[in-house]
Parts: sequence; C-alpha cells; structure tokens
Amino acid sequence: MVGIITYGAYIPRFRIKVEEIARVWGANPDDIRGGLGVHSKSVPDMDEDTATIAVEAARNALRRREIDPSEIGAVYVGSESHPYAVKPTACTVGEAIEATPVMTAADYEFACKAGTAAIQTCMGLVASGMIRYGLAIGSDVAQGAPSDALEYTAAAGGAAILIGADDPVAIIHRTCSFTTDTPDFWRREGQGYPRHGGRFTGEPGYFRHIEGASRLLMEKTGKGPKDYTYAVFHQPNAKFPQRVAKVLGFSPNQIKPGLVVPVLGNTYSGSSMIGLAATLDQAKPGDTIFMASFGSGAGSDAFDIEVTDAIESDTFSRSAAPSVAALLEDPIYVDYAQYARHKGKIVMQK
Amino acid sequence: MSSVARFWRKIPQRYNLVGTKCTTCGRYFFPPRSLCPDCRRAGKIQEYRFPGSGKVVTYTVIRTASEQFEQMTPYVLAIVQFDEGPRLTAQLVCRSDEVRIGMRVRPVFRRISADGESGVIHYGTKFVPDGQ
Amino acid sequence: MRDVAVIGIGCTPFGEKWGSSFRDLFVQAGTLALEDAGISGEEIGAMYVGNMSAGRFIEQEHIGALIADYSGLATGHIASTRVEAACASGGLSFRQAFIAVASGIEDIVVAAGVEKMTDVGAGASVDALAGAADREWEGFVGATFPGLYAMIATDYMNRYPLTREQLAQVAVKNHYNGARNPIAQFSQEITIETVLSSSLVADPLRLFDCSPITDGAAAVVLAPLEQAREYTDTPVRVLASAQASDTIALHDRRDISTLDATVAAGRRAFSMAGLSPRDIDLVEVHDCFTIAEICAIEDLGFCRKDEAGKLTWEGVTALDGDLPVNTSGGLKACGHPVGATGIKQVCEIVSQLRGEAGKRQVDGARVGMTHNVGGTGATVAVHVLGV
Repeated sequence: MVGIITYGAYIPRFRIKVEEIARVWGANPDDIRGGLGVHSKSVPDMDEDTATIAVEAARNALRRREIDPSEIGAVYVGSESHPYAVKPTACTVGEAIEATPVMTAADYEFACKAGTAAIQTCMGLVASGMIRYGLAIGSDVAQGAPSDALEYTAAAGGAAILIGADDPVAIIHRTCSFTTDTPDFWRREGQGYPRHGGRFTGEPGYFRHIEGASRLLMEKTGKGPKDYTYAVFHQPNAKFPQRVAKVLGFSPNQIKPGLVVPVLGNTYSGSSMIGLAATLDQAKPGDTIFMASFGSGAGSDAFDIEVTDAIESDTFSRSAAPSVAALLEDPIYVDYAQYARHKGKIVMQK
Repeated sequence: MSSVARFWRKIPQRYNLVGTKCTTCGRYFFPPRSLCPDCRRAGKIQEYRFPGSGKVVTYTVIRTASEQFEQMTPYVLAIVQFDEGPRLTAQLVCRSDEVRIGMRVRPVFRRISADGESGVIHYGTKFVPDGQ
Repeated sequence: MRDVAVIGIGCTPFGEKWGSSFRDLFVQAGTLALEDAGISGEEIGAMYVGNMSAGRFIEQEHIGALIADYSGLATGHIASTRVEAACASGGLSFRQAFIAVASGIEDIVVAAGVEKMTDVGAGASVDALAGAADREWEGFVGATFPGLYAMIATDYMNRYPLTREQLAQVAVKNHYNGARNPIAQFSQEITIETVLSSSLVADPLRLFDCSPITDGAAAVVLAPLEQAREYTDTPVRVLASAQASDTIALHDRRDISTLDATVAAGRRAFSMAGLSPRDIDLVEVHDCFTIAEICAIEDLGFCRKDEAGKLTWEGVTALDGDLPVNTSGGLKACGHPVGATGIKQVCEIVSQLRGEAGKRQVDGARVGMTHNVGGTGATVAVHVLGV
C-alpha cells in the first residue's frame, strides 16, 4: 500500500505582523486581519532560501524514521521561488540528504500545488515498482509585491513527504486532480513579483478547482466529509479554506489542526503540505485525512489518506523532529525594514 | 568570479560534514585526511560523517566583512569543536549577545554566499545553539 | 658559514600614497638603502623582495623581475626573487638574503619588501588579506582577518587576566612611538578613550586595535661582516635568523592563544645567537592587532603567558621602559604595507643600534630583535641584530 513513510516540516523563526506591514503602507490593520484572518507571516533569515528550507524539512523527515538515503530513488521539489531558474533545487536536496547519485530528480512549478504534484509523481513511481522511496517537497520563500494585498500573506516555509510502500504511517488510498488553464495568478519569466486577477482568484480559481478535485475524489472513493477525521485545504488566507470546507460539508473542527495560516501566512508550495504535517503531528492510527491543494494556473490535487498503526510504532519517532506547532513557537518579530532586508526588497548597489 | 570546481569538490564536507577517522588510533579528521599524521602508513582510514554536535571554543562578531559577506553583517563567527575532537570555523546563527564559550551547538543547512547575482550559490553548514 | 651585517637601510614614508605606484615605492626605498650603504648597484649580487599580494592589489605577478627591472639592475641580470608568506613576506625575504650571504654564495644582497594596497577598494583589500588565512575553511565561511584575531582575543581574555584597557594601551603606546617616527603613517598620539570609543570591527577588536591599510616599501643591504667596514662605519651584525611554520587555519592550532611558530622561531633565534630574552634591549613585534602584540611578547619568552597586559599597562614596554616594544610605532601606528613590514622592522632596529633613532632613541641599545608573522601565526620569522 503506497503512502507516507515519514514527513517533516521547516519554518524560519522570523515573523512580521500584519499591523507592521499595514503601518508602512497606511492601511488599516483591522481590515486586513479581518479580511484575511491572518495576523502574521513567517520571514526567512538572510541566509535561508527555498533550498535551505527544503533541506531542513527533508532532514526533519529523515530524523523520524530510519531510512537508508541511498534507497530514495526520486527527489522532487515544488516551489515558486527556486533559487535557480535552471539547476534543480532537488539536486541540492538530494546531495544534502546523501541520496545521490542513484536517483532521479526534477524541480516542479505549479504555483502553490507544486509540492502535491510531486507527491503524486512519487506515488506513481513507487506503485509501479520503479523506486522504493520518493521524496516530495513543497518549499517557498514567497514574494509579495510591496503594498500589494499578497504582501500580507506571502510567507516562507516547507514540508517534505517521503512516499513508499513499506509500512507507511499513513496510506494514500487515492488521489484525484482537477486542472484547467486559468490565469488567476501568475509571474512572467524574469519578473520579480507575481501578479493576480484580484477577486478572479476566488471563484474561478481557488473554489472551482478545489471543489472540482474534491468532488471528483468523493465520487471515486464513495466517501463524504463525515467519513474523515480531518481535512486540509490550501491556505492562502484563513477565509478561503474555511469557506471551501463549509461548501464541501466539512466542519471547522475537522480543519482546525491543519489551519496554520493565521500565524504562519501562506507558504505557497508549502501551504497544504505544512497543513498536512500539522495534522499528522497529532493524528492517531485509524484517523482519516482529506486533503486538497490548490495551485494557480490552475489546479487542485485531492488525497484520501488513512493513518496507520505505524505512526505510533517503534519504527517511527514523531518527536525526533519538531512539530509544526513547535516550529511556530518562539518567533522572532521583525519590523518592516528588517523584513525588507531579509527578503531582498532593498535595492543594493551592484 | 569564483571557482566552480573548487566549491563543488568540497560539497560532501560543506553539506554533510564528511570527514575521516583513523580506526587504528581512533583519531577523527575534519576536513578529511587520507593519511593519519600519527600512525602514518600504519593507520586505517575510513570515511566518517560528523553528526555536527559540538561546542563553541571561541567566537567574534564580524561587523566589517569582505565583499561577499557585506550584506550579512553583523554575524557571529566561531571556532566550533565537534564532540569527536576536530575543530572548524563556522558562522553561528544566533544573536551576538547569545553566544558563550562552551555553548552547545548543532548544524543547520544555510546559504553561505553566492558568486554575485548570476553565479553559483554556495550552500553549507552553519550552527545554531542547541538547547538540549 | 660566515657572519653577515646590514650595511644600509631605507624606508619610504608609510601611508596612503595616492601619487606613488608600486614601482615608485620600491625604487624609492631601494635608492635610500643603496645611498645609505654607499653603493651604486653593480655590487649587488642578488635581491629578495617580500610581497604578499601584488597579484590581487595591482594585478601584477613576477615581482622579482619587475623590481630588478625598475631598480635598473635587470641589465646586469641579477638574481631577483619574490618571497611570499603573507604578512611575514618581509621577514622571510630578509632571511633568504641572510642565507645567501652567510652561505658564501652571494656577497652584497638587497632584502626588500613592498606593498601597494590602496589601488583597490576596502572590500577587495579585506578579501585579499583573507588569503593569509585558510581560504577554503576560514575565508569561505566568512572569516575575516580581524575576525580571526578577534577570536584569539576572545579566547585569551576568557583564560587570562587581560583587561580591555590593557589591550588598548598597546595601541596608545605604539601611537606615542609612531608620533616620533618621521615615516609613520599616523603621527597623532591617542588615548585609551580613542581606542575604546572607536567602532567595533570584530568583537572585541575595535578600529584602533587594528593596523591600517598602508602603502610603503623598505629595503636593506646585507654584506659579509668581513667586508662590511668597506661600506659603513656602523655595520650591524645579524646575530640570528630563524623561521617556523604552523597550521594555516587558526582552528587547527594546538592552543588558540599561543602562536607556537613564534615560540619555535624565538627559541631557535635565541639558541643561534647564544642569547636569552633578558639580553634583548628592544624588540619590534608583529602587532597587526593589539592582541597580537600581547601574545608576541609572551610567546617570544619575554614574560609569562598571562603577564604581557600588565607589563604593557605598567609601561615596561614603553619607549622609556625596561623592554621597549615597537619603537617604530609598530604595525598599528607606523602602518602595515604587508610585504614591507618585516624589512621595516629591521630598518628600525638597525637605526636604533646605530644611535640614529632621533626622538625615539633607546639609550644604550646594543641588541635588538624583530618578529614578523604571516597570517594568524602560520609563518614566523625572528631575527636578532647587534652591535
């Protein structure tokens, strides 16, 4: 049975509060917080990027279970902020976890769902017997244009999921996707910041695709919201996942453990995967998890997941790596100037 | 323009703290040595990956740096001693008032520098205070 | 092996010499030395030039040939060699010249040192100087030269009773001396307050704990002692020449606060001269940073490992103290054109032993020592001179 062998997450320690960003642009923080349901977002340290975050998340995953890294046959890293346009983050990760050289690798881009696309690929490679383990990572140091609405939520973080068939801690019974060509949010080659269609990103983007993939999955599995212990949706803000959960018939309690966006912000490719990690952090054997990611452009990947006994067995040590809650604890708050410095928003003499 | 090959050659050391150990006398080496200075030809050398836990031996806070590191100042630089014995020079990710001689540290993967805006990015290992 | 003497010395003024090129500086120092020795040039059999990094500062290599050419000696086809050991380049150049004469292979030899550092910006300078340390394992991770000595200071101050004021006194003393040295880069005296209120460079070292970026050149002429009186009434004998090495990276040293290469070279020098520390009347040590002078005094054996701070504070190493250290102003106040420093140190001792040191003359100086360090202690050259 193909599933999650181990998982890990990484979130940088720095945070900036929504009211601090609002202060700089003369916006009303209450409106922003109220509208988005977000209070703060994570900020990378000056020497952190998508690759370093991906490596830390991967290393955290490998801390929880004894895996011979040379048995990892594939590494895929999904991100919108790969450090190189050409030269895969996946190679750096592969090297840093000692999985090289016998492995395949590539980087993925599909806005915020690049990481879950990697999960699907690994599932296929494992199920077909081509590889023993595949590592799927969603990691981002998201950029929001100064004073744009997205600046309040564009955050940094990542999660790594190791896929395999040997005694998974959670089985992925099924995955379905719903994909169209929808220009809700994009970034042209060479541009520093993304652009988006404003309210168009809602119904035609996020909701259409998540609802599409979710209904498709429920049709294929014959299961409905009541059959799941938990649900995790892509979290660009707190409102969208709460709304789509309601529309699909999930309760606020089901999405609660995975809803980390209020303090973390939107980690883009890391978003739903960190939500999944947070949910797995406290899941028990037998718990079932419904997950649907969303990536602009646009598409959604939905997953039917069931936690097994292995999660509490001797072979898996959840406490060997920090939980998402632990990663969110003890933040270091920065002001806008420090934030701008960390994010490279200040134009330096070249 | 810095050397692509020079950086690449040391990736196992920079990313994964790969050194060597002389199994004859039990001495550890980082960076790796293929000849034990004590046992010389009688020494059997094996690859050894340092987990990276250790302590701070001495430190400073760099406030004026070379061009490559200008944007990172101020940063903490220290000599760290691995539990196995070898020492190395490395940046610490911590506040300048947090660091103490004898402080326990563990390794993290960070961006060390880059060869300008279009050149290769150099990743490597820094250290953070290890609470436990 | 025969005895060797210094028969001529010459130093350019040290400082930011915008109008002087690398070649200008060298020729200036060489000319002064030759005039002082009373030779015209044809007598010179060989030349050794200490230079750390002309390649990085002025994109020029092949310094030996360049110098011979611009000294007007290329047409005579003399043997001209560049010697490099980072900041100990000058000291090693002197040693090579000494060996050439002592061995009998050469008679009249010039030992020189030159560095032109201000033709590049500060950032490039810092980066070039970091080449004196371990580029792969220190420079790559962001270590700077002041940073490495700062780590020595942190370790030292954690283990020995050295106060921040005592450390600052090293710079105060050297500026006092430098104010009496016509070639020094800095002629102003400073106070402890000046040092302690200057900006931090690498904690705990501040701007005034650090030697500056300097242009300058120095040259000396060596001859066999038996021929020296043909050229000068005041030959100064080279009583000892010693050199030692140690690990290039500070983190590989046996003891971070002890420069074992200084200890080794010092012992070898005393042994060769048949002398001990109390026979030395004055010493030029390598104070690239204030902490370096503290360690040097101890590691050469002039006092115990925890005493140099106290001795400095009490004035023992002052111009009028029992053991004047760095009467030239040291690297701190006289300046530190890297390759030239080791030769300048010889020039200072020779000046003092001849009684020609003017306002900074040490009375009755008969035996002097020079101590020149490369990097954080990976190379050390120690010489003893006497009349």
